[in-house]
Amino acid sequence: MPRQTIELRIRRQDSPTAPSRWEEFAFPWQPNMNVISCLMEIRKNPVTKQGRKTTPVHWDCSCLEEVCGACTMQVNGKPRQSCTALVDNLPGGAITLEPLTKFPVVRDLQVDRKPMFEALKQVRAWVPIDGTYDLGPGPKMSAGEAEVNYAFSRCMTCGCCMEVCPQYNDRSEFIGPAPLAQVRLFNAHPTGRMNAHERLDAIMGVGGLVDCGNAQNCVEVCPKTIPLTEALGELGRQTTIYWLKRLFQK
Amino acid sequence: MAAPRIAIVGGGLAGLMAAIKVAESGVAVDLFSVVPVKRSHSVCAQGGINGAVNVKGEDDSPEIHFVDTCRGGDFLANQAPARGMCYAAPGIIYLFDRMGVTFNRTAEGLLDFRRFGGTLYNRTAFAGATTGQQLLYALDEQVRRHEAAGLVTKYEGWEFVGTVKDDGGRCVGLVALDLRTMKTKAFAADAVMLATGGPGLLYGQSTNSMINSGSATTAAYMEGAHYANGEFIQIHPTAIPGADKLRLMSESARGEGGRVWVPRTQGDKRAAKAIPEAERWYFLEEKYPKYGNLVPRDVASREIHDVCVNKGLGVDGKLCVYLDLTHIPRATLMRKLEGILEIYQKFTGEDPCDVPMKIFPAVHYSMGGLWVDYERTSDGFLDLGSHRNHMTNVPGLYAIGEAEYQYHGANRLGANSLLSCVYAGQVGGPAAVKWAQGQRKAGAEAPSSLFAAAEKKWADHFTALSRRDGPENPYRLHEELGRVMLENVTIVRENDRLRATDAKILELMERFKNATVLDNGQWSNAPLAFMNQLSNMMQLARVVTLGALARDESRGSHYKPDFPTRNDEQWLKTTIADHTPDGPRFSYEPVDVSLCTPVARKYD
Repeated sequence: MPRQTIELRIRRQDSPTAPSRWEEFAFPWQPNMNVISCLMEIRKNPVTKQGRKTTPVHWDCSCLEEVCGACTMQVNGKPRQSCTALVDNLPGGAITLEPLTKFPVVRDLQVDRKPMFEALKQVRAWVPIDGTYDLGPGPKMSAGEAEVNYAFSRCMTCGCCMEVCPQYNDRSEFIGPAPLAQVRLFNAHPTGRMNAHERLDAIMGVGGLVDCGNAQNCVEVCPKTIPLTEALGELGRQTTIYWLKRLFQK
Repeated sequence: MAAPRIAIVGGGLAGLMAAIKVAESGVAVDLFSVVPVKRSHSVCAQGGINGAVNVKGEDDSPEIHFVDTCRGGDFLANQAPARGMCYAAPGIIYLFDRMGVTFNRTAEGLLDFRRFGGTLYNRTAFAGATTGQQLLYALDEQVRRHEAAGLVTKYEGWEFVGTVKDDGGRCVGLVALDLRTMKTKAFAADAVMLATGGPGLLYGQSTNSMINSGSATTAAYMEGAHYANGEFIQIHPTAIPGADKLRLMSESARGEGGRVWVPRTQGDKRAAKAIPEAERWYFLEEKYPKYGNLVPRDVASREIHDVCVNKGLGVDGKLCVYLDLTHIPRATLMRKLEGILEIYQKFTGEDPCDVPMKIFPAVHYSMGGLWVDYERTSDGFLDLGSHRNHMTNVPGLYAIGEAEYQYHGANRLGANSLLSCVYAGQVGGPAAVKWAQGQRKAGAEAPSSLFAAAEKKWADHFTALSRRDGPENPYRLHEELGRVMLENVTIVRENDRLRATDAKILELMERFKNATVLDNGQWSNAPLAFMNQLSNMMQLARVVTLGALARDESRGSHYKPDFPTRNDEQWLKTTIADHTPDGPRFSYEPVDVSLCTPVARKYD
């Protein structure tokens, strides 16, 4: 039995430095609703449950089919994409929406995930090709290997894994699970592998792989079920071998 | 002259490819995007990218790909650019392979290819069913590399609102709105390249992302750029309905053997799986034995409309048919289509490996866009040394990707969009560099008063919008615009209804004057940015609607029951819309068909 009325509790914040506050909204249920369509309802009539006029809720979204990663927020306390948060699948009672807590709030439910993109620079998450000229096919790869790598290349930089990682916070330098998994991806590519040491160097310093506390929360929340803990384990082996190699070369 | 700078607006496949090409030539790029570029709409492309690599012993070739593309587009595509694109396609796929895209592979470890609509060849390379996402990420990574090296500067969270032109009409920069501070700022550039995607948001609900308002291209049109073939809007035959948007169900589902059917009996209440084979109507396979479920999208959407609306055989009495994958082994499906099957399951709660999917046609892609020039060689390719390629009629203003019009004619073939975006970026980037290097004065050397004036003009525009106060809610007006466009300017078009649609748009424009901005804040004010987008959407909606009204024939995605055939004598022409205070003014330009002679378009 679907609910007849949608009730939302939303944590709002006017700017990065403003204090946060709660606002409540209520409106009739409609078929096929998700959290995004609820937020769209509010902007068509921005009035709180108490009948007070307010501004439309600000949030981040783009594709609405869980491939862009933009609309990530906390829905009932859990980080996830709000587009796939279907109202009929959420437990009864008010639905609580809050911004992610590990990134600075821009406004309301929108946060700034720039640190994640910066981390991709830091770990050199790319295949350093010679140029975009027509140089013929890339290296051969088995179907099985391509399939395993594909799982890692689906990372949308959404931030769910960072949100639940106890080691990723403003008191630690830890780079977080998402960029580490990209090191695993590029070190597995036949061309990317040629520069594996550069990526390993980048994750063997302060805030690197050893700061992972092995809580394994990351893999639980990843919307694309990326085997993040396997990546971290694999990187543990790679860094150990690389460390030993460096030791004997000295 | 100072070192040139190119401004690229939009960070999808086209914009990123252009940025890489420009940076590779040592020229600096300012890259503007409303979202972090990794979240651009290209991520939504699912099924694959076409290129006649010919790995299945089928004797496929770029020339056949070219002919399929022209025929698929009902001969309205610009042939030399389209031909150049098809010949470049295998190299483009190899390039992505080198960048590390995790394409599906054959047993031998080579790239695998599958079938798509409008062709009989296995020509589509794919990475599961999230190919657009994978290709975008590959370019995003390469751009990040150039960014780290200092040649690319990103302005993410900035929206293009207009161009800056010098007294001679040359585009010497742009004005963008910072979506956080809500301040406008002018940027000088030696060339400005719009790679801002399509305008799906005109229809309220479509398969497009929420950022695809078409506002940037419309702004260019309002300032004098030609808008071409606006009436050609692709309706994808297979999407999943939702309250917020319609989600694409990739053509690759049919490429991998998916079958479209409806129950033969009207109002059959049985579950799909309980309906025996003999009581199912596989109408595409029956009517088009040669191409079957892989007829081009315009044909499939029209057939679905006919079966559901005219014959009343839609599932649950709606514009809805079954797309059935249940005869294919689960392991095969997961290996080749996982991304889309997962989306279907997440949004409908049903497992498409077990139960036939219920799918609906949805607005998907704009074949039309900003008019752009090209220079052809005598043997029928693009002259890659020409600065004219991809330049609009405004000197120094370029357009690439879905934002322009030239590769797909009246209907785009599936898996040709990723290709056209990348090719346009590869061609457009160097063309803009060539143009910049050929100018005696840099954009930045234009009088500073020009930039100050442009910045002020747009600041005043947003101030005026923010002071509007009236009973109308801009989001409700947008909903009304979407509804009337969906009802009248999609699969079937009738002149009286098109006229009524234009009257409705004019009414909405009038009511927009009494719309309130909803938010008087100075920080991250999305409704204020939306007011500007909506204003542009209504202008473009008129271009689409009136362009459709004028074109009394049926061609590709444009179908009029009152004029059911293609009329080459009168209409083998590109539509060009120019903005005037009274609305769009239309003129027509002949299409160069010397490389692929128009023939009757048959898929049966």
